[in-house]
Amino acid sequence: MAAATTIDVSQLSKAFGPVQAVSDLTFTVEPGQVTGFLGPNGAGKTTTLRMLLGLVRPSSGSATFGGVGYHDLEQPLAMVGTALEASSFHPGRTARAHLRIYATAAAIDAGRVDRVLTQVGLAEHADRRVGGYSLGMRQRLGLAFALLGDPRVLVLDEPINGLDPEGIRWIRGFLRELAAEGRTVLVSSHLLSEVQQSVDRAVIISRGRLVYDGTLAGLEMSAKVAVDAPDRAALLSALLAAGARVDPTDAGLIVKDIPAADIGAIAQRAGVPLSLLAAQQAGLEAAFLELTSDEPPPRVGAHAAPPVEGAQS
Amino acid sequence: MNLVRATRAELDKIFSTRLWWILALVMFVYVGSVAGILAGVFGSLDTSADPTAPVLDMSEIHLIIYSSASAIGYVFPVLLGALSATSEFRHQTLTPTFLANPRRGQVLGAKLIAMAVVGALYGVIALISSIGPGALILSLVGQDARLDDGNTWILVVRVILAMALWAAIGVALGTLVPNQVAVLVIVLAFTQFLEPILRSVSFIWEWTAQVGQFLPGSASDALVGWSVFTSLGMMTTETVALEWWQGGLVLAAIAAVAAILGYVTTWKKDVT
Repeated sequence: MAAATTIDVSQLSKAFGPVQAVSDLTFTVEPGQVTGFLGPNGAGKTTTLRMLLGLVRPSSGSATFGGVGYHDLEQPLAMVGTALEASSFHPGRTARAHLRIYATAAAIDAGRVDRVLTQVGLAEHADRRVGGYSLGMRQRLGLAFALLGDPRVLVLDEPINGLDPEGIRWIRGFLRELAAEGRTVLVSSHLLSEVQQSVDRAVIISRGRLVYDGTLAGLEMSAKVAVDAPDRAALLSALLAAGARVDPTDAGLIVKDIPAADIGAIAQRAGVPLSLLAAQQAGLEAAFLELTSDEPPPRVGAHAAPPVEGAQS
Repeated sequence: MNLVRATRAELDKIFSTRLWWILALVMFVYVGSVAGILAGVFGSLDTSADPTAPVLDMSEIHLIIYSSASAIGYVFPVLLGALSATSEFRHQTLTPTFLANPRRGQVLGAKLIAMAVVGALYGVIALISSIGPGALILSLVGQDARLDDGNTWILVVRVILAMALWAAIGVALGTLVPNQVAVLVIVLAFTQFLEPILRSVSFIWEWTAQVGQFLPGSASDALVGWSVFTSLGMMTTETVALEWWQGGLVLAAIAAVAAILGYVTTWKKDVT
């Protein structure tokens, strides 16, 4: 494994006919940590990854590995290991033949095939046809393909899907290990809970747009807190003075992006006794849902849509 | 050499699933049966005793029988080539293929070369199957199998070349029509039904015969030099026939045009 490399996505967009799958996406993935690439199904995660890997041509923008596009990589599999959906196998071919073929095509030493099969725990099934594999075994074979070239960068699309609990525990440890070796690891998932134990950073997209890029701790901060006081006006002015974003509602004030403890402190300093202080939604998953669902659904059809393209050009 | 590696990977793809030998086995039995029956029927015809029997140049009967290797067997390399290309789409193996080698034109070139090599192998298998039973039965009915005839060995080389080109045509068709069922129907309907009719009809007029010789099956028979379709005196019009090398060029051109069209319409598109 050679020097570390970032993944650089810059103003990346992709339209499939009238459907805007990815819009103006910009983020960077750093080596040495596991980055979660999160968003609901249909958010554009797979399209983004496929553009990064040269399988789908971007409408505009770029996605590179430290400035080098996938097509221009000297030895693609030795630089970037990829596991996309768990179905890219010929069912009549054995796992060993599957890996051997791509090792040959990518000029990777044939000895790596046995290495990665052992690494993912498939060595004893290597000469079985893949058609008879369980979903979990296919996921492991997908991962073996990703590891084939001992790559500096790993791009894994929903690698946890279909794994049994033992497999999930195994892959979490495995991802951490890969990152600890200094590799760049990007893992997509539509469920934050699946990856929250193994990722350091999260890039969250919704409807093709970036909605969050930062640490998981920072994501938790973005949760909402309900707060109320008998003297609501005094509380409101105290919070506004502290720079909080506040939504007054009938049931009290909804404060965004400030932890409940800080809100309590603000109220105390202002001398306003509270009647209610509650984190309105609990934890990361809530923040994730909030981020990915607070936009209105995109409107479809020429009549409903504003003339976006004309405005952009 | 990247192209050599890519070609080796494509050969490994073909030989690591069962389709290649299943099709080869069916071809072996089919070609062998046809060659055996032809040898039995034409070998025992006594043209001097029966004035109504078709006039046959018995000096070339062994070549006609042996040529069934490609005249009958050519559909098998086409099927193998087409199915190997469509299975990449069907099983989404284009994804790992293009990840391992993002130069898609090179991958397609490697696929054409690899399949031509396997097509040549099919040619050898089909020849064993046509010459084996054909020569045996000719000898049994008292004819000379003519294995010492120089033309027999010219035919052998040209059959191998024709089968290699047919396999490449199959790959090109598979990229042009990536739907497995559709390409199967097209190949079988064209080679087994449509083209034989077109070839028969084209002999009616001079100008249609001029066009008909460019049909892939006619071009293939021209390349091989002898065929049960053209050499049996059924087509009594003055047959315009391509030179053997022209027949080969027609097949190569069909493969090239179909491959370029396939590359543009499906191969270089987004893999989703």
